[in-house]
This record gives sequence, C-alpha cells and structure tokens, in this order.
Amino acid sequence: MQHSHDAQGYWKATLGLLTKILIVWFMVSFGAGILFADLLNGIKLGGYPLGFWFAHQGSIYIFIALIFYYGKAMGDIDREFDVHED
Amino acid sequence: MDLQTTTYLVVGASFALYIGIAIWARAGSTSEFYAAGGAVHPVMNGMATAADWMSAASFISMAGLIANMGYGGGLFLMGWTGGYVLLAMLLAPYLRKFGKFTVPQFIGDRFYSKSASTVAVVCLLTASLTYIIGQMTGVGVAFSRFLNVSSDTGIYIGQAIVFLYAVFGGMKGITYTQVAQYIVLIAAYIIPAVFISIALTGNPLPQLGLGSTMSGTDMALLAKLDTVVTELGFGKYTTTTAGSTLNMFVYTMSLMIGTAGLPHVIMRFFTVPSVAAARSSAGWALVFIALLYTTAPAVAAMAKMNLHGTVNTAVKTGGDLYAEESSIKADERPDWMKRWEKTGLLKFTDKNGDGRIQYYNDATKNPEAKAKAEAAGWKGNELTVNADIIVLANPEIALLPNWVIALVAAGGLAAALSTAAGLLMAISSAVSHDLVKGVFMPDISEKGELMAGKIAMAVAIVVSGYLGLNPPGFAAGTVALAFGIAASSLFPAIMMGIFSKKMNKEGAMAGMLAGLFITLFYVFAHKGIFFIKGTEFLNLIGGANPFFGITPEAFGAIGALVNFAVAFAVDKVTKEPPEHIQHMVEAVRIPRGSKMVDGAH
Repeated sequence: MQHSHDAQGYWKATLGLLTKILIVWFMVSFGAGILFADLLNGIKLGGYPLGFWFAHQGSIYIFIALIFYYGKAMGDIDREFDVHED
Repeated sequence: MDLQTTTYLVVGASFALYIGIAIWARAGSTSEFYAAGGAVHPVMNGMATAADWMSAASFISMAGLIANMGYGGGLFLMGWTGGYVLLAMLLAPYLRKFGKFTVPQFIGDRFYSKSASTVAVVCLLTASLTYIIGQMTGVGVAFSRFLNVSSDTGIYIGQAIVFLYAVFGGMKGITYTQVAQYIVLIAAYIIPAVFISIALTGNPLPQLGLGSTMSGTDMALLAKLDTVVTELGFGKYTTTTAGSTLNMFVYTMSLMIGTAGLPHVIMRFFTVPSVAAARSSAGWALVFIALLYTTAPAVAAMAKMNLHGTVNTAVKTGGDLYAEESSIKADERPDWMKRWEKTGLLKFTDKNGDGRIQYYNDATKNPEAKAKAEAAGWKGNELTVNADIIVLANPEIALLPNWVIALVAAGGLAAALSTAAGLLMAISSAVSHDLVKGVFMPDISEKGELMAGKIAMAVAIVVSGYLGLNPPGFAAGTVALAFGIAASSLFPAIMMGIFSKKMNKEGAMAGMLAGLFITLFYVFAHKGIFFIKGTEFLNLIGGANPFFGITPEAFGAIGALVNFAVAFAVDKVTKEPPEHIQHMVEAVRIPRGSKMVDGAH
C-alpha cells in the first residue's frame, strides 16, 4: 500500500463529516425527542404532537437518511483523496 | 382448519425452510464459518443484521413496554436505532478494513497485547452469554404459548433447530437463515398492525394511522387515547417520561452505544465484500429494523386503545367511563380474554363483587380520577395485563383470521432463533479463534480450528439451553447488563483504537477495566453481587439511583465516560504505542487496500 495520499487531509475531511452528522443525530433524538419534546408538543403534525413524533417516529427516519448520506459523502471524500477501493 | 393445526402447519413450514437453507449453505472453510466467505451482499447482510438484532424481546415485549410507558418508551425506539448511526460511522467500516474475524482480535492487535484481547474475550462472553439466556427462555415461551408444548420441550426443539444450521453452516448458514427469518418475522409483525390500523383509523399504514383521526370522528387517535387514560388515572400517553428527563437522556445514550458495541452485531459487518459495502449495509440494516421499530409504537397505542375499548364501552361511545353500565360484565367478556387468562398473562379479580370488570389505575395521584373511582364504588383495579399480551393477543383482540395468529407464532420463533444463532456465533468464534488459536494452540491447522469452532458452538448451545431450562434468578436483569458491558467496555476501546493513534495498551486496558468495574458496581449495588438476592449494597452508596437519579439500566453511558477518562489519563503518563501500530491505525482509516477477512494472527 502506498502512502502518497494526503492522510491528514483525508482524516480531517472525515472528522468534519462525522461532526456534522453527529450534530444532526443529537439534535433530532436528544434535542427534539427528549430535551425540547415538551416545547415541540405544542406543534401538531397531523394527530401527532411534534416532540412525541420525534421520539417515536421521526428520529428513526432521520437516522436512516443520515447513514445513507454518510455512505455517499464518504465515498466522495474517498475519491477526492484517491483512497477509494478499486 | 382449527387454529392449532394452522399454527403447526405454518411453524412447521418455516422450520423446513430454515433446515433446507442450512443444508444448502454448509461451511467448508474457516472463512465461510466465521465470515460467510466475505461475500454477502450489503442488502442481504442488512436483512440478516436486522434479524440478528431483533430478538424475542423486540418482537414480543417491546410494543407492550411502550404501551405501558407511553412517550417514555421512545427511549427504546431511539436508543436501539440511533446506535446504528454510531456503528455505521465510528466502527463498522474500520473494523471491516482491519479485516479479521473477531472483535477481540482487533483489540489484541491494535493494543499489541494478548491481555487486552483476553479482557475483550471476557467482556464479549459475559455480554453474549447473559443475552442468550433471555433468547433461550424466549424460545421456550414462544413454543409453549403457541404450540401447546411445555416450555422445556420448546427449548429442546429450539436447540435442535439451531444446532442443525449453526453448527454445520457457521456464519454462512446463519446468514442465509437469518434472511429467511427476517422475512417471516417482519410479515408477522406488520400484517396484524395493518389490519388494526385500518380498523381504527382507516389508514393502512400504521405509521400514518397513529397520527390520524379515529374512524368516524374528527378526534386524533393519540388525543383520544390521552383523554381516556388520563381520565382512568394513568399518566398522559404522549408526555409521560421514563423517570426524569436526565434519566431518559442517559438511558437512551446507553442503549445507543451499547447497541454499537454488541459483538454479535459488529461481526455481521465482517461478512460484506468491501468497506463501502459495510457503510451501506448499516443503512440497509436500519431500514429493515425501522420497518418494525416504526410500526411498534402504532401497535402499542392502538392495542392499548383496543384493550380499554374492550373492557369499557364508554371508550367508543365517548360516554362516562365511570358509569356502572360502561364496564363490561365479566360473564360477557370475549373468548380471547378467557384463553389468555389460562396462561396467567391476563388476570381478572372482581374486587368489588359487581360482576363487571373495572380497569383503571388505582394508585393514581390524580385526585379527580381518584374521587370518580371512589364515587363509582370501584374497589381497586380488577384486570392485570402482562406487557407481552399487546403483541401476542393483538390479532385475537382485533378478530383477525387464524392464519395471522399462526404467522405471529412463526414470527416470534424466528426472532428468538435468529438472535440466538448470532450470539452463538459470537461466542464460538471468540472461543475457537481468540482463545484456542490465539492463546492456547497458535499452530492449530485450519481444519482443526474449524472443528474447534463447531465444538465450541455445540457446547455453547448445550450450556445456553441448560441456562434457559434452569434460568438463574437474575435472568430478567441480564439484557440490561449485556448493554451496560458493551457500552462501558467494548465500544470505547474499539473507538479509541481507531480514532486515537496514540492510545496505548495501558490506557485501553485500564479504561476497559474501569468502565466495566464501575458499571458492574452500580448494577450490583442495586441488584445484588452477581444478582444474588440479599447481597445488594445500596446503603453503601446512599440509596437507590444515587447518581443523579440514574437507574442501573441506564448506567452504561456513564461507564463509557469513565472508560474514556481513565484511558486518556493513563495514556498521558505511559509511553506511546510503537511506530508500526500507529501505521496500522493509519492503514485502518483508509478504505484502499481492503481485502477479504482472514484469520491470520
């Protein structure tokens, strides 16, 4: 294996992506689903109080989107730094 | 055809399918035995991971727990799914790149220490063995409830089935049976939910039905449920939290990192062909898990509504819940209630002798509900409902046809068997690969190691079956312990191994032991040393939940924090890891150069 690639730059880009995703991950579950649930319950999403919806439904959908977004964005970073698999 | 015959047919057909797959997918090499030859498609692996992950508890008990807890039950939903985000980004792709068969092997190699690997083996075995006891009891319970055989016979049959496909097929056989088991269990979960959602709201999607209005009214289902349960003295469904907000926060965090650190889940990602596949496979796993986890809260709320509606006619008419004629007459209660009373999961006692069933919260702190109940001459709650009823009796409560009830039986068994098989795989690979080959007989041939793996698996089946037949008194508390151990020891160690180039063996080992110790200390203080009754030492630590009111089940995240803190402190005062280890970490971080997983030490 070669070490010609920019290992530091690659790792920085990776950590940047992880931080962004973890912030969203935290906001939807611990934020909207727990800490601010009472506040959000004043808003209704159909028959759902919004805070309750985040805790019982919404955060799960957003988790799925986050993982697929991560997979795609990570693939882009891999190619940009030329460390992707063949 | 009567219910019993239909159930035998459906369950028998599903077992025949699993055995057929086992014969087709025999493992001939260690690579096939430990990692299914590293050739599993990411979507297939996602399905297998979902079946691996969703246990008898997810299938049978979770909706009932949520029904009882209301909003607070969301901690299971968020905790057990949010962990996959962590797993997908922080662990799975890097461990796949590392390219070895087991989790302890990564810890041993990364921290250049046999002792570190042995600590990891001990954590893995404790977590997996405690977890599997629950699965084996689950198999027994599912058999006895659905097939009218004793729970013991159920465990024997379950052992025989798992033996057939796990011992001969290894990871390869387990993977393909888990795919089939996933399809059976998800169909079994969703079909009754769709019927019930249509009946209550007219919307066929339970996820949307839960947010819809009740059929024939303009009142939202959740608002109606809130009104009914609050009037009967229970907590408001959509806002009741689990303990304090802080406890719910920490509990959710513990389940998330525990999920990401469970070895039998992590090792599923060794079976995919590339790093990119490991990333996407985690996404697919969560899609398949979410199908059940987003349906569960709908099942919970709708079944709770149905249950109240069955025993109190005013729920449907909107009349006075406390009027005498609202509570149904005991003689006229539906047949399914009588059937489940026989199993002890449902109990009715006519405390005030009026021949009617009053179902309410008699320990309520709501003065209005208390006054109404007293005025109506109610002398205490007369119906006790086991949480499992919510899923098990759901099709009967909603008057669904026999084949649906039979399918639920097959689904419950599929959930228990698939998780048991995954755990057995984690146990046998830790024993044959990390202990036999790694520590005791480094020169063992591949054929010898394969045989050792199969023997270890067979022994693990017998031991777990024995523990399922004679559950130690602590069986109920064990799943929480498994999560606590995974969260406080394995997850931080693996994560630091990848994300901190300078973390050394002293730091990692001190961290793992400290995290494990503090978690066990807190759990044992509440539940007894090794769960032995009478050895609790709560007064020593200042009463129950002394640490900011956090319950022992929720403590794993605190253990993980301790692990990280101790590891970095020790790392600071001991010497750096050798140069080649730092290079290894750099290589693990990039996808290029990934190869098939293998067993070389």
